[in-house]
Order: sequence, then C-alpha cells, then structure tokens
Amino acid sequence: MSAPAVTEKKEKISVPFDYNKYLRPNKLPHIWCPGCGHGIVLKAMLRAIHNAGLDQDKVCVVSGIGCSSRTPGYVDFNTLHTLHGRALSFATGIKFAKPDMKVIVVTGDGDALAIGGNHFIHTCRRNIDLTVLVFTNATYGMTGGQYSPTTPIGSQATTSRYGSIEPPFDACEMAKAAGATFVARGTAYHTLELEKTILEAINHKGTSVVDIIDACPTYFGRMNKYKSATHMMEVIEKDGTVNVKQADKLPPEKVQGKALRGVLHKVERPEYCEQYESLIMEKAKGK
Amino acid sequence: MSEKKKKLLQGNEACVEGAIYAGCKFYAGYPITPSTEIAEGMSVRLPKVGGKFIQMEDEIAGMAATIGGSLAGFKSLTATSGPGFSLKQEALGYACLAEIPCVIVNVMRGGPSTGYPTGPSQSDIMQAKWGTHGDHPAISVTPAYVQEILTETVRAFNLSEKYRTPVVVLYDEIVGHMREPITIPAPGELEVIDRAKPDCKPEEYFPYDDRYLIAPLAPFGSGYRFHVTGLNHKQDGFPTNDSKVIRENNERIMRKIEDNKEDIWKNEEIFLDDAEIAVFAIGSTARSARFAVEKMRAEGIKAGLLRPLTIWPFPDKAVRELSKRVKAIIVPEMNLGQMVLEVERCSKGAEVLGIHRVDGEPINPGQIIEAIKKFK
Repeated sequence: MSAPAVTEKKEKISVPFDYNKYLRPNKLPHIWCPGCGHGIVLKAMLRAIHNAGLDQDKVCVVSGIGCSSRTPGYVDFNTLHTLHGRALSFATGIKFAKPDMKVIVVTGDGDALAIGGNHFIHTCRRNIDLTVLVFTNATYGMTGGQYSPTTPIGSQATTSRYGSIEPPFDACEMAKAAGATFVARGTAYHTLELEKTILEAINHKGTSVVDIIDACPTYFGRMNKYKSATHMMEVIEKDGTVNVKQADKLPPEKVQGKALRGVLHKVERPEYCEQYESLIMEKAKGK
Repeated sequence: MSEKKKKLLQGNEACVEGAIYAGCKFYAGYPITPSTEIAEGMSVRLPKVGGKFIQMEDEIAGMAATIGGSLAGFKSLTATSGPGFSLKQEALGYACLAEIPCVIVNVMRGGPSTGYPTGPSQSDIMQAKWGTHGDHPAISVTPAYVQEILTETVRAFNLSEKYRTPVVVLYDEIVGHMREPITIPAPGELEVIDRAKPDCKPEEYFPYDDRYLIAPLAPFGSGYRFHVTGLNHKQDGFPTNDSKVIRENNERIMRKIEDNKEDIWKNEEIFLDDAEIAVFAIGSTARSARFAVEKMRAEGIKAGLLRPLTIWPFPDKAVRELSKRVKAIIVPEMNLGQMVLEVERCSKGAEVLGIHRVDGEPINPGQIIEAIKKFK
C-alpha cells in the first residue's frame, strides 16, 4: 500500500495587525454610537496607511467638525481637528508649506459638501496632493440627526419631518467635475475593498477623494424605519451599491439606482505643490 | 538686502517688506480692496525667498490655510479688509485658542457690509478685539506712517511668535495707499523673534505644557506627534470637559497678554509733558492730530498727542496717567465712537470728547483744532 499523496497545504501566516501602533489607546473609547460604521472606516484607513509604508511622523490627519471629524484624536500622527467645513483649507496650508508630509483629510458629508463645499471643489480643481475621505452618512449626527447634502429625497430627519425635498449631491460626480484626479467610492460594508481603495487613494499623486458610504443607525436609521444597524448596512451599503467593474456586466435594471463602488475616475495631472516648486519658484529665482 | 535701501513705497508694499524682513515664508489670502497690494507683493516676493504664496478660494480658506502654514512651522501672513476681516473671524478665534502664531493685516475701509471699499475708516477697532466669539486674547498694532507699517509688521510677527497668538496689523486705507520714502532696514537692524521650539523627547512633549505660560510649539512633521483642536483642551492638546482645566486654560491664554502688557504696549508721545489738552489718535487720524497739536503749540496752546502703536491690549495705564494731568482728552477716529469708549473707561478726571466721521473722508486737522480750542 502506497502512502497517500500528501497535498502540500500552503499555510497563510497571518501576522496580527498592530492597531495600537497607529492608535492612541488612552484616547479610547471613541464617541461613536453602537452600529456606526466610522470605526470600520478608521480600521481600513489605518491598514491602508500601514500598507502604504508611511512614516507616522510624516503623516498628518486633518478633520473638520462632526462625528467622523473626531477621528484624528484617536490616531497617532500629526493630527488637527479644525473648524466646521474648513479641514481642506487647513490641510492645504500644511501640505503646501510642507509637501513632504502625507496629508489625509477625514470629513463628513455635511462638513465636506455643505459648509465646506467651496473648499471641496477648489481643492479638487487645484489638484493638491491630499487624500480626502468623506464619511457619507446622509446625516448631521453630532447635532442630532438633521438632513445633509447627501440625504435622499423623501427621507426623514429632525429638520425634514415631512420628508426631505432637496436632491442629494453625488460627492464623486462633484469631485470629478471639479478636477480631482482620483475619485472612488467605498462602503463600511465592503471592508477589504475599502482598505484597498484607500490605499490606492493614498498612493495617488494629486487630490484623491474617496466617498465612503457609512450608515448612521442612531439617527438616519431610526427615523427612516431601518430595523437595525446591520439591516441598514445590507440595504444601503450592500444592496444599494455595485462595484463599477461588475456593473458593466450586469443588465441595466440591476445597476439602476445603485451607487457605484471602486475607482471611478483616475487621471494624471500635474500636482499643485510640484507645479509651484518647478514653475513659480524656479521662475522667481534670481529675479 | 545687503544694506540699507531707500525706497518710495505704498503702505501696503511696506507691509510686504516688513513681512519678508520678519522671515515670513507663507501667505494664503484672497483679493480684497484696499489690501490687495499685500497679496500681490507677497506672490512676487515669497517664491524668491523659498516661501509659498497661495490665493485661496475665499477669505475663510485664506485664514485657515495661514494657520495650517504656521502649524507646519512657517511664519504665516494673511491680509484683508472689511468684509474679509468679518469672514476670517472664526478661524482667527481658532488660532487664539489653539495658540497658533500668525499675522493678519486689516486695511480698514468704510463699512458696515460692503460699505465704501475705496474709502478709509477706522471702524474695525472693536472688531479687532471682539470680532471672534468667546473671550480671547487680542494683540493689535496700529502704524500711522509707511515706514512704520514695515517696522510694525515686523513687531507684529515678533509678538505673534513670542506669545503664540494671532496679531492683527490694523491701519486705514489712507496709510495703506499713501506713498512715502522709507528706508528698508539692514538685516540685523530690527529684532526678529522666532517661536520657541521644544527640545524635550517627543514622548514628553505637550503642546500646551502647563509648566509654561507659553509652551514651545513644535512644527508638524518634526517628529513631535501631537493633537490640535479648537475644542477646550488639556495640556496634551486633547479635548476635555474638566471645568477646572477649561477655566485654567481660558484664563491662561488671556494672562499671556495681560501679564505682558508692558512688553506689548508702545506709545508715541508728542508734547505731552506739559500738555493741558491731549489728543488720542491712531493711523492717519494721528497724522492730522500731530499737525493740529503742532499748530496749537505755535499759538501757545498747550496741546499734546498720545499715539498708541498698540491698540490692543488697550493702553489703559498711559491713558489713566494722562487723564490725571490734562483737562481733556480728544479722541478723533473715523468711526462713530469706538476708541473713545475705552478712553472714557480709563480716564480719571479728564473730560473726554470724541470726534467721529464715517463719510469716507479723513478727519482733518481743522476739526481737531476746533475741538482743542473748546478746552483752551
């Protein structure tokens, strides 16, 4: 009797990810509600920063005001929690003054697209090398659940008790139209895909915008009759989106009304800080 | 700048010279009359000295990016006028609480609202102190001559770096657009102060270290990883709800200025030793006042001028002492009564009379002479 053939099993050695290297553990617990997706996005962000091989001393995380904008307090980088809507302006100052830093902006949909809408479009237009992560939950969570610039028509919020009548913004379309050179969408549901997308955004030279759909069960969920946080994630993030690569292969009715995930737009265009140094500073020399 | 240079410059151009002299390496702003020449000048000069200029999408972004540039470790400037100064207020308050040094020039034009963009005014004096919400420290310098715009811009940077707080350079459109021959000081001639930087180990660094009245500020990206927020915070920079810490910190940022007023104050006194009637004025109004006082002296009337070059913190001590010696203090100002309230507050004995004008025309010496003669 011959010995049974041994199929060589390649064992995957998974090294546990040391989150504490990038967190400020003594600043936890975070302020986010049970069921909120912000923690999942934070995890994806930290793993992407790690995988990008960035030096913590050279990473700066900047935010505005809102639930998602509390992220910088929990992470061990150069961190700046600014004013409502102005994260991109502060970040532009830091990046432009010190281009060797990797500046990541964490912002919410209200922060980035309403009060900070002007800064959003002009940041994209300049193509300054910032990675902009928009936590899109269609809600002003910090103030208790008002409708935001991404709230779908008809939705309930504390300021739209009769249903919202304002059409929502598509952050990706806006970023693309304004000139961002990397535009992508992810969700808190698709965690591995999100990590990959954020990594690609970090590695992109220029303004990269990742719109991250990330439900707010506490306000949006309860007011709009979602049964639970997981139900909300399934309906909005899983069933409400489709990866852009799959979308091409699906019949139109399967894509209709769904938000596209993945990298939606990627082009090369001169980056602002490099242009300033190579064109303006060079020309000014000796004059 | 190898040696002293004589130049015929406009006030706003002198501001640019002052900023460059002070070592400013970053400017973020937005065009607005009558301060635009500062942005134009900085856009030309900064890249020549290895600095950065950026025209932002609005006034708010200009102020925010200026703070960002400073946090990255560079002396940073922004300039504005009227409506722009209003828009910058929220971020200015951020710089007060987060203790980020930066200089904001406000070339005062007629208000309120869009007002009289090309006309002079001095109606932002109170705004320079109280423009942003919450109790906060304020330093504001008030040059009256083109040469002085240069030197006061340097002093503004020095005070900002020394006290880790925003400083407002406040002058009216007349001084901003006036051309006068000035001397560019040679390097080393004027004192230039740089902010204190930490020399401790990164793990021992606190951006608001409570062992100091003014803690050293590390630039972002220098190996000191720390947190900055506009929320009330502890010495480590992280938000707090601890009422004791909130009170102590709010009081400390005021004390930075209060305890150092003697260092921050700067006054020019003309014929004050034996004066019976004093004039208290800033900017172009002080130039009219000087002319008026000299004319009165020629007529044998004992008039004098107290001209503060620091309006905030208010020179309360100088006014108080003066008020004990003179019959009256006349306060001409291109607004409907701002500095005069402070003079009244500090005055012990002397009668206080305001002269106010908000028609876009300067207060002329004749108006001041007329007032002086009332107390003759």
